[in-house]
Amino acid sequence: MAAGNNLAVEMKGITKRFPGVIANDKVDFELEKGEIHALLGENGAGKTTLMNCLYGFLNADEGEIFINNKKVEVTDPNVAINHGIGMVHQHFMLVPPFTVTENIVLGKEPTKNNMIDYKTANQNVRDISKQYGLNVEPTAKVQDISVGMQQRVEILKALYRGADILILDEPTAVLTPQEVEELVKIMESLTDEGKSIIFITHKLKEVQSIADRVTVIRSGKLIDTVKTDTVTTNELANMMVGREVILEVEKKEANPGEVVLEVEDLYAKNDRDLMALNGTSFSVKRGEILGIAGVDGNGQTELTEVLTGLRKKEKGTIKFKGREITKPQTKRLFEEGISHIPEDRQKRGIIMEFKLYENLILGRHDRKPYASGINLNNKKIKEEARRLIEEFDIRTPSEKVQAKSLSGGNQQKLIIAREFDRKPDLLIAAQPTRGIDVGAIEYIHNSLIGQRDNNKAILLISLELDEILSLSDRVAVIYEGKIVDILDIEDATEEQLGLMMAGAESEEVEGGDQVG
Amino acid sequence: MKKWKGAIKLVDKDISEKKAKYLQKQNLVDFIVPIISIIAGLIVGAIFMLIIGAEPIKAYIVLWNSSFGSLRGFGEMLVNTVPLIFTGLAVAFGFKIGLFNIGGDGQFLVSYLAAAYIGYMFQLPMYIHLPFALVAGIIAGGIWGGIAGYLKAKLGIHEVITTIMFNYIALHLVGYFTSGPLKAEGPLPATPKIFDTAKLPRFVPTMRIHYGIFLALAVAVLIYYILWKTTFGYEVRATGQNPDAAQFGGINVARNMVLAMFISGALAGLAGSTQALGLEYRAYQPFGFVGYGFTGIAVALVGKGHPLGVVLGALLFGVLSRGAMMMQSMVGVPKEVIEIIQAIIIMFIASEYIFKYLARKWRERKGGVADAS
Repeated sequence: MAAGNNLAVEMKGITKRFPGVIANDKVDFELEKGEIHALLGENGAGKTTLMNCLYGFLNADEGEIFINNKKVEVTDPNVAINHGIGMVHQHFMLVPPFTVTENIVLGKEPTKNNMIDYKTANQNVRDISKQYGLNVEPTAKVQDISVGMQQRVEILKALYRGADILILDEPTAVLTPQEVEELVKIMESLTDEGKSIIFITHKLKEVQSIADRVTVIRSGKLIDTVKTDTVTTNELANMMVGREVILEVEKKEANPGEVVLEVEDLYAKNDRDLMALNGTSFSVKRGEILGIAGVDGNGQTELTEVLTGLRKKEKGTIKFKGREITKPQTKRLFEEGISHIPEDRQKRGIIMEFKLYENLILGRHDRKPYASGINLNNKKIKEEARRLIEEFDIRTPSEKVQAKSLSGGNQQKLIIAREFDRKPDLLIAAQPTRGIDVGAIEYIHNSLIGQRDNNKAILLISLELDEILSLSDRVAVIYEGKIVDILDIEDATEEQLGLMMAGAESEEVEGGDQVG
Repeated sequence: MKKWKGAIKLVDKDISEKKAKYLQKQNLVDFIVPIISIIAGLIVGAIFMLIIGAEPIKAYIVLWNSSFGSLRGFGEMLVNTVPLIFTGLAVAFGFKIGLFNIGGDGQFLVSYLAAAYIGYMFQLPMYIHLPFALVAGIIAGGIWGGIAGYLKAKLGIHEVITTIMFNYIALHLVGYFTSGPLKAEGPLPATPKIFDTAKLPRFVPTMRIHYGIFLALAVAVLIYYILWKTTFGYEVRATGQNPDAAQFGGINVARNMVLAMFISGALAGLAGSTQALGLEYRAYQPFGFVGYGFTGIAVALVGKGHPLGVVLGALLFGVLSRGAMMMQSMVGVPKEVIEIIQAIIIMFIASEYIFKYLARKWRERKGGVADAS
């Protein structure tokens, strides 16, 4: 298709800054009429920010937006809607006790004699639904229909408002594989009818099977826009994670000792009651870092939660220091020597309103020397806090300030100080450097290596492939809740891991490598 | 060589110090907001008095004198204050674990009855009898609150619903017992009088103020101690601030919720017990809620959930309710005006956000740094 007059959306040089962060740095993006265009990038790469600028949730600091070749100042979502843009968010914005129709017409109800004309409304919804093969029952209540159906209601909502350009934010994240197939069919019938679709994702496989073109964003920068049939999944993976980014961490040869953690055939469900871990098996030894690589949403969160007693397992065995843990309980696990750096530090890792010294004892607040009997030993707690602040280089005016006054990197150091100071046998580090500055990243990486050399077992779960590659001694790739393969770090290449992360079997990968 | 192109940069120099200073200012705001609110309440009250043709200055002098003009007045004001300290602490303690105990009135009533029952049923030496009656009240109120905590922790039923419902159950249960099975001989719908050994002594026989005030102050200190000096208090505060992080720290969130609601109920219950053992010496059939539980919410809000603040808040409301009666009888200002003042104070404190918003705008206009978090 020729460019120019055939563009539905054109974004030029979009820059969006947040305090201390450039979320989008001169990003260009174009959407042709009638195409499915994937916007690919890791979490935090700036995909959603870019689309929020287009939809008017955010206003770009710099750059121009053209819709149907007309320059538009998208100051708020109403402007976008009036120009035929519809957005389906990852988290649905529906009223559960309302019917499908009521949800769809909300704010734009057809009226007759000042009353809502439900007959016409239902008919309208039924017509649109049929036109695009959505098969939604207009009179059903949203709370009674499946997640896949709810998503269709969101799509219908956008179509009802006259959208020609649809933005779908990670539409497959909430769907079962069957629902994904149906969604793909719907998307195809939409483009057949002349609609254009932008579809935000970080799943490589979907890009290949669904989209016509793909734009890759990394760290807020545009990497490239390419036709999906001219690239391989492998190449896309490299574009997404950025192969030229190499963070070198100096480390000695690992000297692994006995097995500390052994996980066998582990099954667990996610919050949506779908199986997230499907027979995960691996083991971690003393003095080594086992990295778990994988694309987000393949069971990493559930794995850490099960291992720390925060989530129930369905099946499988967990052995810690040779003993089976039948009913993992957070407190017991901590006492037996597991430390955990949680992936969401503000949600689980720290209590923002608490002072530093209070945060530093979370999880061991009832043990000596921090407590004697029922009493807290505040003097000792503050003393220890000062020691940890010094030792872990936490930048703070004093131990008495609230944790929320620290920067992200220092909050993470706070967690690391607390968890390392427990002297664990096993350290589970989930996304230990997510969203923090370079200096802190370096510090944290060196600390993890230090713990390894100190004969601790470390399970590193990270979405940053570079981080996995530079820190791990062995790499396990997780895909759809299963470990695809475990490789020694010397044998692992980024291409290979990228393909495995996309779901390819390791034999295929090795074969492909030889050909290439 | 170390390269990291993929990282998001966050500049952390200096920010934390600026933020810390800003947060210290916030603490000052916490202190100033209640005072501004009280002043605003008094001003609005004065406007109302002017509208109905009363003299606000005169009325406020009466308000002051009714509590601080005489020893008797002071004593009567403290009589009002005692139950409010307890119910205020009850609500504040609930807030600390993130629960809203609206059931103070129900917990008040069951303890009221339980303390009176022990007071007249047993004949024991005072050093056993009085503590026994108080403990019975604590347990009764504690169970009443604890049930709501249990239902919240195990079944996720919202504590606001259950505590309100338990208010009505308590009201009618106590009404039934005081007019039925536990009713004393004679025309009054009330239990028999308690023995002297169960009474909270008075300072002066001619005044109603009793040792309950010391008990209330001691309990406020105890609650402060529990919250900030014990591991349990740490867990309560952690759970209230961030249940996810608390759970991550191995804290048994469900158990703490039940226990905290037990304590909250017991605190409100102490208001009832001291009412029975210090003032009324029996349990009367309630005609409705006395309202100490609800006023306790206001007290806790005024006191910012801190035990010291609660004591001061209870004093304020003690003064206001004592003054309401005197203003009506001496300068003809309807006591409803005092209720308006109370409402305005609560409204202002509850809309603290507006103060903070205005303060921030003001700082921004001055060119300072806004809150970066």
